[in-house]
Amino acid sequence: MREIYIKVRGIGKEYRIGERNEYKTIRDSITGFTSRNFKKLISSFDRRPGAGTQYTDSRAEIKPPNNYFWSLKDVSFDVSKGEVVGIIGRNGAGKSTLLKIITGITEPTEGRIDLYGRIASLLEVGTGFHLELTGRENIYLNGAILGMKRQEIDRKFDEIVDFSEILQFIDTPVKYYSSGMRIRLGFSVAAHLEPEILLIDEVLAVGDAAFQKKCLGKLNNVATSEGRTVLFVSHDMAAILSLCHRTILLENGRKVSEGPTDHVVQDYMQLMSATYETPLEERKDREGDSSVMVTSLKIESSEPYAPIRVGDRLNIVIGYKSDNPVRYPRIIIRIRDFRTRVNILRLDSDMRSGLPEILPPSGYITCQTDELYLTPGRCIADLEVRRGMFKADQIEYAGHFDIETKDILGSGKIPSRDQATTLIKYKWQLEED
Amino acid sequence: MQKAKNTSKIFDPQHAGINKTADSEHRKAFAVREPRKDISLRLKELYEYHELIYFLIWRDLKVRYKQTALGVSWAILQPFMTMVVFTIFFGNLAKMPSEGLPYPVFSFAALLPWQLFANAMTTASNSLVNNRDLITKVYFPRIILPIASIVAGLVDFCIAFVVLVAMIIYYGIIPSAAILVLPLFVLLAMASALAVSMWLSALNVQYRDVRHLIPFMTQIWLFVTPIAYPSSLVPEKWRFIYGLNPMAGVVEGFRWALLGKSNVSWSLVTISSLMVLFLLVGGVLYFRRMERTFADVV
Repeated sequence: MREIYIKVRGIGKEYRIGERNEYKTIRDSITGFTSRNFKKLISSFDRRPGAGTQYTDSRAEIKPPNNYFWSLKDVSFDVSKGEVVGIIGRNGAGKSTLLKIITGITEPTEGRIDLYGRIASLLEVGTGFHLELTGRENIYLNGAILGMKRQEIDRKFDEIVDFSEILQFIDTPVKYYSSGMRIRLGFSVAAHLEPEILLIDEVLAVGDAAFQKKCLGKLNNVATSEGRTVLFVSHDMAAILSLCHRTILLENGRKVSEGPTDHVVQDYMQLMSATYETPLEERKDREGDSSVMVTSLKIESSEPYAPIRVGDRLNIVIGYKSDNPVRYPRIIIRIRDFRTRVNILRLDSDMRSGLPEILPPSGYITCQTDELYLTPGRCIADLEVRRGMFKADQIEYAGHFDIETKDILGSGKIPSRDQATTLIKYKWQLEED
Repeated sequence: MQKAKNTSKIFDPQHAGINKTADSEHRKAFAVREPRKDISLRLKELYEYHELIYFLIWRDLKVRYKQTALGVSWAILQPFMTMVVFTIFFGNLAKMPSEGLPYPVFSFAALLPWQLFANAMTTASNSLVNNRDLITKVYFPRIILPIASIVAGLVDFCIAFVVLVAMIIYYGIIPSAAILVLPLFVLLAMASALAVSMWLSALNVQYRDVRHLIPFMTQIWLFVTPIAYPSSLVPEKWRFIYGLNPMAGVVEGFRWALLGKSNVSWSLVTISSLMVLFLLVGGVLYFRRMERTFADVV
């Protein structure tokens, strides 16, 4: 008989589109109404003749007509004392919103959560660090922000500094720290929190591998030996599998699976791979002489059963059929940004050979890419099949895929799609005379 | 109430097994998250976070004069230079009446509570927006951000106050027993700053116009407050409307308590104090209502 520590019942959160991540000026809210309607007018012209419903549907996904959407809906579960429960799901599935509601950062639109213990959350490493303050001062500030009492920080201070391995810089302002050092310091404070319930969001995905391992070990320790109740959100299936007894899978704001971690992780993998296989036979908005027909498109990471993350190799699998063997085929895959529709990549079998000169009447063609360093976000793919001189089949926006974030720069930070399209590893260096 | 009934109907069957074994129904929840309908001040919760208020004030003070050449002297320089300019233009050139007091003391004694108010109000009104990363990542009663900014402003005031004391001694002014109520007017200045910033900080989250409004508003406000001139210059029939400016009463009262002039307008002080109370209660309620969406909007 275990005590319940977190009781979640029918939680829902409704957002107004554009309310998040955007701030308004009074002028905006006056002009907003007119410009929204103007945009609507423009997009009705923009719809090319013959553009099928699928094309417009996918647009509606980001701007539904009613301007409201449920980021979470009807989510219920219990967490008992001493349990470590994982929460997984794709970007935008509602994981972070759920944690924010449990912590109290934002209020649910409906439902109720009862918490039977002191709660602390770790949604970010080093929240509230002030660059002008020293490491020592920031330990106190950050500790207080995370809910520690002053005496508690005094008591654990040496342990925190020890864990962070930055003793010699403890009285240096944090602005002179490397990002790795900041992360160490931030995590060290967080690792010494002693709430009864701990919520953790994706924070292990930062820092260097050795430190990550140390953090994971500490967390495991906290969960098992100290009997802390932990809710853990992550994209890292290895961490979820090793830490969590039970896992909850969210998809489009709803709980779609809950149970032993290995089962739910399986469900997640299935969800991830199923989503990216797009059937195309029904699509009417295509051009070409139809001598070849593209029947399906699947875009997946070369890592088996894993979401596509920054720096992954892609496998793009195109299913096709034709009445006859296809002579002199040419396949062009165009990858574009979902929001701006700007071209990012062109994979063309005329430019990179390897495709046989004659294709059997039906089959699957796979295009394997090298490591792809694009910023996290959604991309769409256009397909074109040519047969010698003739355009056999062409589908714009045949499918899309999401690139999930990954800490390739070692700082836990990565530019967003608005800031950049491609990524590269780099280093800074000072040349002294 | 109705909603709660609905959800329990939908979700209890699924969890019936768990609920039976657990005794959670008999325990009192440590915290509950649900859509709030009532607006309460939740002062008890505020007390629980008093250490965080302390640390935020400490942070503001530590950081304020980092990497400045003049450091804390800024707390004195700002009101002092303003006083010098006022003395030259209003005191000497415009021959503004100063209730028989030397003009420099007359204006400096008003500038101090004014600067306390204006600076505290400005930083507090921007405090939510400037601490965006805290609001979106950690829970705490949001009201402690403006409160901490205002208390931190008190330190600058105290530093500049030393200069005021020196001036009083220099001009040989002997304060009356009224000086005992001086702290009350300091508190009233802070309460005014809190009242105004409750409204402005919450609005600022939604409308960044506030950020541009504040400097401009402060400038005008300075002139509708009896700082460069005595309130007795304002005709009697306008006195009531003039008193609606909370700072009119604060400045008038502060000057009276310290420099002891007998002809203080008590009706002015009363109207201003009531106005502060009114703005404060309304502001806190407005803030409490708006804070539910701060993290989503900021």
